[in-house]
Amino acid sequence: MGKTLAEKVWDDHLVVKGVDGAPDLLYIDLHLVHEVTSPQAFDGLRLAGRPVRRLDLTIATEDHNTPTLDIDKPIADLTSRTQIHTLRKNAEEFGVRLHSLGDIEQGIVHIIGPQLGLTMPGITVVCGDSHTSTHGAFGAMAMGIGTSEVEHVLATQTLPLTRFKTMAITVEGTLRPGVTAKDIILAVIAKIGTGGGQGYVLEYRGSAIRNLSMEGRMTICNMSIEAGARAGMVAPDQITYDYLKGRAHAPVGDDWDTAVAYWNTLGTDADAVFDAEVVLDANTLEPFVTWGTNPGQGVSLSENVPDPALCTDLNDRAAAERALEYMDIAAGTPMKEIAVDAVFMGSCTNSRIEDLRAFASIIKGQTKAEGVRVMVVPGSARVRIEAEAEGIDQIVKDFGAEWRFAGCSMCLGMNPDQLAPGERCASTSNRNFEGRQGKGGRTHLVSPLVAAATAIRGTLSSPWDLDNAPKSDDELVVL
Amino acid sequence: MEKVSTVTGIAAPLMMSNVDTDQIIPAQFLKRVTKTGFEDALFHSWRQDPDFVLNRAEFQGARVLVVGPDFGTGSSREHAVWALRDYGFAAVLSPRFGDIFRGNAGKQGLLAAEITEADVEAIWAVIAASPGIEITVDLLARTASVGEITVPFAIDDYTRWRLLEGLDDIGLTLRDEDKISAFEANRESWRPRTLPVKAS
Ligand code: SF4
Repeated sequence: MGKTLAEKVWDDHLVVKGVDGAPDLLYIDLHLVHEVTSPQAFDGLRLAGRPVRRLDLTIATEDHNTPTLDIDKPIADLTSRTQIHTLRKNAEEFGVRLHSLGDIEQGIVHIIGPQLGLTMPGITVVCGDSHTSTHGAFGAMAMGIGTSEVEHVLATQTLPLTRFKTMAITVEGTLRPGVTAKDIILAVIAKIGTGGGQGYVLEYRGSAIRNLSMEGRMTICNMSIEAGARAGMVAPDQITYDYLKGRAHAPVGDDWDTAVAYWNTLGTDADAVFDAEVVLDANTLEPFVTWGTNPGQGVSLSENVPDPALCTDLNDRAAAERALEYMDIAAGTPMKEIAVDAVFMGSCTNSRIEDLRAFASIIKGQTKAEGVRVMVVPGSARVRIEAEAEGIDQIVKDFGAEWRFAGCSMCLGMNPDQLAPGERCASTSNRNFEGRQGKGGRTHLVSPLVAAATAIRGTLSSPWDLDNAPKSDDELVVL
Repeated sequence: MEKVSTVTGIAAPLMMSNVDTDQIIPAQFLKRVTKTGFEDALFHSWRQDPDFVLNRAEFQGARVLVVGPDFGTGSSREHAVWALRDYGFAAVLSPRFGDIFRGNAGKQGLLAAEITEADVEAIWAVIAASPGIEITVDLLARTASVGEITVPFAIDDYTRWRLLEGLDDIGLTLRDEDKISAFEANRESWRPRTLPVKAS
C-alpha cells in the first residue's frame, strides 16, 4: 500500500521508532522561536546547563507583543517589554539568530519562515505557536508545540511524538471571482467543526487547491488548527518551487536539483488510503464569514444568522445561544446587515503581500465608511516595504485607514491594538473567540476582499455589493 | 537533572492535608518569564504568618517537607514543583499526592515519596520532640530515617529509575544521542539552515 504525503515526511524524520505504544522520536529541521513561549524553555536549559543543540536550525523573531506604532520608543506595557527583553537576552546568551523590532526581517513568525525561504517541502517545522500549521502549505510537517517541548527541541533538535491519522480535504472546481482561500477554509471548518480534525493531519487536495497561490495555500493551512487538526499540508508542485526559488535560504545549484527531485516524490501515492475524507465543491462556494465566537460558527455572506433552535445537538445549541448573546446579534439577521466599528487587515492568516494587494485593489480610490476604524498591518517588515514600493501604503492612507508596522497586532491584542468592549470588527485573522481582539470585543472572521468591501460600506459586504462593483471578473484580484 | 539517591536535611512538618497547587504557588506568580526564582512564591499567603512553619528559625534551610494527605492537588501548574525546588526542598513525604503534581515532580528531580499516615504522624512526633532534626530519605532502600525511626516509602519504579539516573524528558531523549547524531550525519545538504555554516 502506498503512503500519504504526511506519512512520507514523518517516516523520513524517524530517529527512533517508538515500540510498545511509546512515541516516535522525530528529527526537527526548523525551529521558529518568539518571545511569548520561549522564556521558560531557555531558563530550563540554563538550569540544566544545556546548550542549544542546533543554532543553525533555530531562528527567533519578535511579533506577539510588538507595537505597530512608534516602534523606536520603549514598549510601554511592562509584561510585553519584559518578554521581549528576555528574548533578546536569551538569544544573545545562547547565540540564537534573532530579528528584533526594527530589523528588516522582523515580522510574524509564520510570515518570515516562508519569506526567508527557510520553510520548504519535506521538512519538519515546529514553533511554540499553534498556527505553525501555516508552513504545511509547502508540503512540510509543521506543528505547534508547548513550552516544555520548545525546551526539548532546543536541547535535542528532536521531539517525541505519537503518530497521527490522515484526513483528505478535497476541494474540486473553480472558485468564483471574489471567493478566496479564506472562504474555503472557513467553509471547511464550518463543515467539520472545530474538533473535526482532532488527531488528524489534514491534506488539502483537488483542483481548487492546486490552482491556489502559495499565499492562498498558507491561509488554508494556517487555519487547520481551528479545525482541531495537528497539522495541515499541501503537496509541493511547480507553484511551490517557483515561490521558493531564489529566496535567501532556498537551496541552490546541485542542492536545488536534488531537493526538487526528492520533493517530486512526496505527493500522496495513488494507492494510499486516508483514514477520513471530506469533499467540498469550490464551484458553489460564496464568500464565507463567521457569526459566532468560534471559527466553526460561519455561513455564506448572503445568508442569515442561523437560529440556534434549529441545532439538533444540545451542546451546539447552547454554544450558539451564548455566542449570539456575546456577539449581540439576533438569529435571522441577514449577515449583510451587520454593521461594524472596525476592520482589521492583518495576522499570519492574511497579511502577506498578495493579501494587501487584494485589499488595496478594492479600496483604491474609495473612502472608508464613516466612523469605521480601519487598520492595515503587514505581516513583516519586508512585506511592509514591498507594499510601500507598490504604493499600497498611499492607497491605504488615502482611503482613511491606518498603515502600521508589522506584527501580530489586533489578531490577539497583546500590544495596544485592541477592540474596546462592545466594538465589532471584521477581521482577516483566524480566531473569533470571546475577547480575543480585546476584552468584550466582537469578531467576524472574513477574507481580505470582504474586509475591504466592509470597510467601504460599513456593513459586512463582498466586493460585488459595492456601488461601483467590478464590471467583470478580471477587475477583481483573486487570491 | 541531578542524580538523586539519598537526601539528607532538616525536615519541616506541614501539618495539613489537601494542600492544592494554588496554595503552593498562587496564580499571580504564573506571569513570570523564568523557570527559576520562585522561592519567594512558595506558600506565599501562608508565609505572611510569622508562625508559619517555614518562618520558624529551627526550620530554616529545610530540605524535606513532611505533609498530610493529598498534597499538590488541583491546577496542573508545573510552577508548584519549581517553587518547592527553588526554595530548597529535595523531597516531599506525604500519604497521597495529586497525580499531575507527582508526574511533574518526577520530571524535575523532586522526590515525591508516599508513606503511610501513621508514619507521617510518627515523623511529626519525632520532629516535635527535636525541632530542626535531620532526616535521611534513601531512594535506593526506599526508606526515610529520622531519629530512632526508619519507615518505608513507595515510589513507582520508573520514576525511581529516572531520579537515580538523573533523567528528565530531555535526558531520556539524549540517551539516544548516538542515534540523533547518526541521523544528523546523513541529513541532506539542501535542508534549511538559519546560519551560515562555518567552514571547519
Ligand atoms: S498573527 Fe495571530 S494567530 Fe498568528 S501568530 Fe500572531 S497572534 Fe498567533
